[in-house]
Amino acid sequence: MSHPNKKRLRRSMMFLNCQKPGLIKDPYIYKPDSIMLDLEDAVAENQKDAARYSLFHALQEIDYRGVERVVRINGLDTPHWKEDIRVCVAGGADTIRIAKTESAKDVHTVEEHVLAAEKEFGKPEGSTLLMAALESCKGVLHALEVCESSDRLIGVALSGGDYTKDLQTVITGTGVELQGARQQMIIAARAAGVQCWDTVFTNLDAMDVFEEEVRMIKMMGFDGKSLVNPRQIDIVHKIFTPTQKEIIFAEKVVKEIEEKKALGIGVFTVDGKMIDIAFYDGAKRTIALAKASGVYEGDL
Amino acid sequence: MEIKKAAMAGTLESSDAQVTVEPGSGTIELSIESSVIHQFGKQIRATILEALGRLEVESAKVTVIDKGALDCTLKARVECAVYRSNDMTENLPWGGVIR
Amino acid sequence: MINAVGREIPKEVLKATGKEAFKGAYAYDNYEYTKAAPRARAMMDPRRSKMVENIHEALVKCEIRDGMTISFHHHFREGDYVVNMVMEEIHKMGIKGLTICASSLGKANDPIVPYIDDGTIVGIQSSGVRGKIGEAISTGRLRDLAIMRSHGGRVRAIESGEVHIDIAFIGAPTCDEYGNMRAYGGKSDCGVLSYAMVDAQYADKVVAITDCLAPFPNIPASISMTQVDFVCVVDEIGNPAKIATGAAKPTTDVRKIMMADYCTQFVINTPYFKEGFSYQTGVGGASIASTISLGKIMEERGIHMGLGLGGITTPMCNLLAKGLINKIVDTQDFDMGAIESIKSNPNHIEISASEYADPFNKGAYVNKLDFVILASLEVDVNFNCNVVVGSDGMITGAQGGHPDTAAGAKCTIVIAPLLQGRIPAICTKVTTVTTPGETVDVVITDYGIAINPRRQDLIECMKDVKLPFCTIEELRDKAYAIVGEPDPVQFGDRVVGIIESRDGTILDVVREIKEYEFAE
Repeated sequence: MSHPNKKRLRRSMMFLNCQKPGLIKDPYIYKPDSIMLDLEDAVAENQKDAARYSLFHALQEIDYRGVERVVRINGLDTPHWKEDIRVCVAGGADTIRIAKTESAKDVHTVEEHVLAAEKEFGKPEGSTLLMAALESCKGVLHALEVCESSDRLIGVALSGGDYTKDLQTVITGTGVELQGARQQMIIAARAAGVQCWDTVFTNLDAMDVFEEEVRMIKMMGFDGKSLVNPRQIDIVHKIFTPTQKEIIFAEKVVKEIEEKKALGIGVFTVDGKMIDIAFYDGAKRTIALAKASGVYEGDL
Repeated sequence: MEIKKAAMAGTLESSDAQVTVEPGSGTIELSIESSVIHQFGKQIRATILEALGRLEVESAKVTVIDKGALDCTLKARVECAVYRSNDMTENLPWGGVIR
Repeated sequence: MINAVGREIPKEVLKATGKEAFKGAYAYDNYEYTKAAPRARAMMDPRRSKMVENIHEALVKCEIRDGMTISFHHHFREGDYVVNMVMEEIHKMGIKGLTICASSLGKANDPIVPYIDDGTIVGIQSSGVRGKIGEAISTGRLRDLAIMRSHGGRVRAIESGEVHIDIAFIGAPTCDEYGNMRAYGGKSDCGVLSYAMVDAQYADKVVAITDCLAPFPNIPASISMTQVDFVCVVDEIGNPAKIATGAAKPTTDVRKIMMADYCTQFVINTPYFKEGFSYQTGVGGASIASTISLGKIMEERGIHMGLGLGGITTPMCNLLAKGLINKIVDTQDFDMGAIESIKSNPNHIEISASEYADPFNKGAYVNKLDFVILASLEVDVNFNCNVVVGSDGMITGAQGGHPDTAAGAKCTIVIAPLLQGRIPAICTKVTTVTTPGETVDVVITDYGIAINPRRQDLIECMKDVKLPFCTIEELRDKAYAIVGEPDPVQFGDRVVGIIESRDGTILDVVREIKEYEFAE
């Protein structure tokens, strides 16, 4: 059986530098779905060790009040990732984000070390989840094999900065350079039944552009977005919050399907739309989102 | 653990602490400067001594400049400084003496 | 003896000051007293001039001597040159044993600290002291007890004769040769002269100090020539860049915005939020953010503020300009936008500190407040606030209008982030009580909102409101769970200052700081 948290709600995944005690103290106050404690890019090369001690004690001693604790570890091409994995597992991180993933093999390599660490530190095998960041053309092209690589894998996230460099372009602000990757990834993720997150948006002075981007990736099917600042959280949550109309419709769909199933009816109409069992999961997802957003008052 | 050479960890930013360890002369010689000394001096000292004790550091000169760090940060900085003085960065005893 | 906020006020202090211990925020209601009056000199000869060559001549003509009480205002805030300029001259003249009665003293006045050390200044009465003056008091270098008063309390002390000002030095952005002072139109505009109005009315001698001599008559005047003895023109009375800054950019700190939103949600769910309500707020990021978010809701619902009171900032003036506020009634301008507004908007009106907050006049504006939004360094589980003494025991802030507005407003809201670094804002016992908890109704933190149990009516009307309500004890416990339980600040024995309640009783005392000692 899969990990019970594998498919939890992850609209907002906020990066935090492990080296900054002031940041990791109480990010739950902003109510992101997940925080991503960063051992990689945000931490200077000569402070990689220091960040691990901070991470360990934060994981062990700070009550993050139900916010998922993801840790971004250093890439497999660095000398740091093995110790990163040990500290994550020992500290009890919920999920490890693998940087610069290019293949299923990369995920397997990490998985092997995670399993070893779970044994070493007496954690239940399989308790640590994984997510993969795709940061290169190769990684994006291998999205499907990455998505299908492990039962621990919750999904894939696009890392736009490195990816556009590899593409030999830049972040243009129009999104045109990321179109292919976004499409490829979301299709692969859905095919494999895992989640998919969009890349960060770093210009905090252009909140309106950010909002547009969030609307777009929601329409594309993404589950959420990596964030760099708590100011972005509310906007994402607002956009991912279903409308009352959507909620009422989803409620009807769920109720009708459950009722009609008992009567042996497979296809029927709700508000003039033809509905069958294929709508069930989507409707359930809408209700779950509505609940998480604090706007659902029904009894489902 | 022996303090083999001087080592430092942490910064002087708000909510952080800078911990320096140097080889000692048989005892723990601890000096603490803190922006919250009046209200948390006792706890800071207890946390530092507890961490040093766990790491079995018995001889060291330890200097702490605290800028309002929480206990978890103080511990992290002490541990980091002590392991750095031993040039150790891998296969650390997470959950063992580091806890 | 133990006073009504549970503070031990030493007998010696009561004896030395002749004051009583605090008995409750409204204990002196309806109190009858005779107002003080200044000694004045007639000005009958039209040929006599009020102009003096320099500060020295002003001091000589005012017959300054040892032991006098002199006063200043703080409208030039961190850009003030007047206090330092006058004190330097007094020091040169070898005058000793002065008491300074200022509406506030800031870091700009650090240069007068040597005059404390050499006995030129032996007493300080102020709404607050920051910087090195606070340090000098806290380290026991001031001879007499420092007296910390709220803005309203200072006026009460002056009007009731508890303090008698011998000479008032009033920096004025513009002034004519006969002493009509205005607060703008010069080089160092400050918008209003509210705090100085009372000094002009009650001091025996009044010296106007300006760097912009205006043609007679310089009217309408904030302070009239009828109260002014001498006029002195100097090169600069202040640094305009530090008197009024540009409008602060609205905060982008999500924590502050979150607290501001909680505050606005609270405000609009009270019965006081209705057409014509009155409101005062401070200059902190969260206060300003709450003014902005409240403004949006006022606009949406078509609700107008009848009265906007207090220290004024640009966001309030913007609401006035949009027609969302009927009148702004102003005692202090915090930025250029506020100064521009009072210059040009007829509904933006200057009042005196007495009209603003004096508890002993026949009715002050603060009594008409529906809401006041305040900040605090510490709030304890009895809702007592401390806005003066820092977590290191040092005097470092000012009561300002905090106790006055808290006592006056129907709904007093304090916004404070639960933690400042490791220091919890919500605690079991504040280091020093500067505003009594009985006048504080709501505390808003980033971790939750606590309503004073005295306000069952507010608790009742928030029953169905979706805000993170909890008890004040729960807030404290959340803070202590994160940072640990703080020890009380270690003080020396000597009392160096008193915190006066607005009615003149003693709310608390401040003791000398001492080097921290690890208890073995």
